[in-house]
Amino acid sequence: MRVESEAELAEAVAGATGPLTIRGGGTRGLGASQGAVLETGGLSGITLYEPGALTVVVRAGTPLDEIEQALAAENQRLAFEPMDHRPLLGTNGTPTIGGVVAANVSGPRRIQAGACRDFMLGVRFVDGSGTVIKNGGRVMKNVTGYDLVKLMTGSRGTLGVLTEVSLKVLPRPETQACVVLDGLGDEAAVAAMARALGSPFEVTGAAHFPRGADGQPVTMLRIEGFEKSVSYRAGRLRDMFGGQAVRVDDDPDSVAASWLAVRDVQALAGREGDVWRISCKPSDGPALAARLSAEAHHFDWGGGLIWALLPVGTDARARLGEFRGHATRVRGTGDAPALQPEPGPLAALSDGLRTRFDPRGILNPGLMTA
Amino acid sequence: MQMPQPNAGVISRKRRIVERLRDVLPADAVIEDESETRAYECDALTAYRCPPLAVVLPSTTAEVSDVLRICHEEGVPVVPRGSGTSLAGGALPTADCVLLGVARMTGVLETDYDNRFVRVQTGRTNLSVTGAVEADDFFYAPDPSSQLACAIAGNIAMNSGGAHCLKYGVTTNNLLGVTMVAMDGTIMEIGGAHLDAGGYDLLGVICGSEGQLGVVTEATLRILRKPEGARPVLMGFDSSEVAGACVSDIIKAGVLPVAIEFMDRPCIEACEAFAKAGYPMCEALLIVEVEGSPAEIDEQLGKITTIARRHDPVELREAKDADEAGRIWLGRKSAFGAMGQINDYMCLDGTIPVSELPYVLRRIGEMSKEFGLGVANVFHAGDGNMHPLILFNANQEGQLELCEAFGAEILKLCVEVGGCLTGEHGVGIEKRDLMHDQYDAADLEAQMAVKDVFDPKWLLNPAKVFPLDASDARRVVPVAAE
Ligand SMILES: Cc1cc2nc3c(=O)[nH]c(=O)nc-3n(C[C@H](O)[C@H](O)[C@H](O)COP(=O)(O)OP(=O)(O)OC[C@H]3O[C@@H](n4cnc5c(N)ncnc54)[C@H](O)[C@@H]3O)c2cc1C
Repeated sequence: MRVESEAELAEAVAGATGPLTIRGGGTRGLGASQGAVLETGGLSGITLYEPGALTVVVRAGTPLDEIEQALAAENQRLAFEPMDHRPLLGTNGTPTIGGVVAANVSGPRRIQAGACRDFMLGVRFVDGSGTVIKNGGRVMKNVTGYDLVKLMTGSRGTLGVLTEVSLKVLPRPETQACVVLDGLGDEAAVAAMARALGSPFEVTGAAHFPRGADGQPVTMLRIEGFEKSVSYRAGRLRDMFGGQAVRVDDDPDSVAASWLAVRDVQALAGREGDVWRISCKPSDGPALAARLSAEAHHFDWGGGLIWALLPVGTDARARLGEFRGHATRVRGTGDAPALQPEPGPLAALSDGLRTRFDPRGILNPGLMTA
Repeated sequence: MQMPQPNAGVISRKRRIVERLRDVLPADAVIEDESETRAYECDALTAYRCPPLAVVLPSTTAEVSDVLRICHEEGVPVVPRGSGTSLAGGALPTADCVLLGVARMTGVLETDYDNRFVRVQTGRTNLSVTGAVEADDFFYAPDPSSQLACAIAGNIAMNSGGAHCLKYGVTTNNLLGVTMVAMDGTIMEIGGAHLDAGGYDLLGVICGSEGQLGVVTEATLRILRKPEGARPVLMGFDSSEVAGACVSDIIKAGVLPVAIEFMDRPCIEACEAFAKAGYPMCEALLIVEVEGSPAEIDEQLGKITTIARRHDPVELREAKDADEAGRIWLGRKSAFGAMGQINDYMCLDGTIPVSELPYVLRRIGEMSKEFGLGVANVFHAGDGNMHPLILFNANQEGQLELCEAFGAEILKLCVEVGGCLTGEHGVGIEKRDLMHDQYDAADLEAQMAVKDVFDPKWLLNPAKVFPLDASDARRVVPVAAE
């Protein structure tokens, strides 16, 4: 079923007699949902874009590409750098902004600029009873009532079907460079990234690959901004790591390509096995990675995000044991739930919210619990 | 301003409630004598006052949990309080409530530079969070003007902002985790040192919930390394339209200042009279601040002043040194004090789309004449968060009501042009009944559903945020008789 307007969507949800699978572009492969497919692609188009106010309002089914192109024409961008899941998941289709928001998809720049949720200004959605609800708005500062915008972001369509979202956008920097450290072990790499992120030089990406393109360890620190400033900061960072194997890649195209690969987790694309994503305290990263003993792993977010390739059907949580953070199976199937089970009191709140926003339990059932 | 009828049953059981609280708290942590509870009768919205039934000042999360469990059992409303600097009446007590202050919980529990966070008890003041890490060149970014006094507890509850949030974001963007106690006493950890939520973003909805979902006792806050330096430039313009266009052009040019502050003529005049900062007398004044190394600052200020020159500024003053920078900020920072000297004032807090600035300022000017009350405007121009200060005489019969009516009209105007009622101060009681202007019944119902889940009996700060008529049915909870 494909709807063309918010009113149609509300009607479809209100009239639904069984579970609905809500689909934007269908590229994020969000778990095993069930029931009739409800496509939001018809709710498309940019409804408002004010570059001088750094805001854009778009219908949820708008292709991400269309938004990024409109922003690029004004030298702006979505600063949270949403990943394209297609290479990793082997999916086809056109990613939509609704899918990005529903999964709070946030890339390497999350450590400095923030996540998708930090750029969300407003939502319109249809809840599980078919009621249209709005929250937030289109202005950058807004504390009027509860922040349901954040609650909806990352809720995977289980609390409501997004119809329109407003986002804060940021200027696209003039150029970028990458400071590259060679040959570091996981511990040393995470420590180096901590030093860089704790410097005043505004690192906007910090990733470490135990096996880089040439099979050797590589640690990457990204700097963005005006040209003189970028070369100044890259120089200062290089000096900070004087005495180690350090170099600066100042070719913006090559830097862009490297970080696109980080963003899209290209290292694990096309490889046999399940893909897990572990969010943790950055300095816990190396020890957790050791416990995983994965076929392949690497770190983003300065060590706070581990991407791991494990044999099909492995329960990463069994290997990780107790830790502060959470593990998500992004690709693959198995007995273990895809999302980390929440501790009792939080699970009770989550259940309570789901029951209130979707009393019949028809919106993407199971997506937030399996 | 209407408040619900206090629950007579609760008030009649005061003795027993106080005794039960005394059982779980140190003697000096329970205050019931009216001569002492008076100290807690209002927050910074001083026009409204009401001493609470009792005040408790716990020192630990466990004590908070005990207090809440007892109040839950006894059906007693609880009003959480940080430092009481809310401008919205968020911490205003009711006669039947236990006021729970976290002022004794000020500790720093963990400082972690490798992972760039501090964990603090929430009674700690905003400025002293930075104070705990600044010797090591770190800082906590959100900087409300009240930062010397206000507590992290209130900052989280109100999702407070500050002058530098254009670059660094507001509280919610700098909050990684909380320890929260639910109304029934359950202690929970939400978030932590990792960067995203595994399930629903509960932290995101707790931040800004004005003390209605739980009592936040500890917080994990993101800290940042201090920039190498910062420097402001001051520019004066003939009209607010031109100043607004200049702001928009700066942003479109890809420069992202840490702060863009705007003041109009009445505000400039008052600040000048008060602080003698040497401001030019003009219709609109902008202070734009950028950060970085000296060369980086030069480069950004170069771009900014080039843009400003295209708008024929009547004054363009770049700070050459710290002293000049200090003088540029002096007037702005004393704006509220300056206003307080000449008049009583009410500080509004609506946000508008930046493009609507000239229209909104013109309409405020017209309304000022209609209501016969002066207004001065000072605001965070980069993000459209306005702070019109309405001047009135509190001692003159009827002026407060007139001022409130004028304020309500301004806020409705903000909503009308696509903005909102409050950008950083919160709804509290002040804007509670205007919520109908911004939200439909279904929108409010969805928000109240969240409270139903977190606080089914509606005991936490119940008479705030939602229009009384909308929340009525929920607040009238049957209370067990003795
Ligand atoms: C001169 C002045 C300037 C100001 N400038 C700014 C500014 O620039 N930016 C800005 O955003 N605000 C500003 N404010 C408003 C105010 O300072 C903020 O709202 C602040 O965050 C309130 O903090 P507080 O600790 O004083 O909270 P309180 O006033 O004590 O309480 C505020 C709210 O928080 C709730 N609360 C308190 N403690 C807890 C807890 N432990 N758990 C759950 N809920 C709790 C209360 O119930 C209440 O609803 C200003 C106020 C003044 C007086």
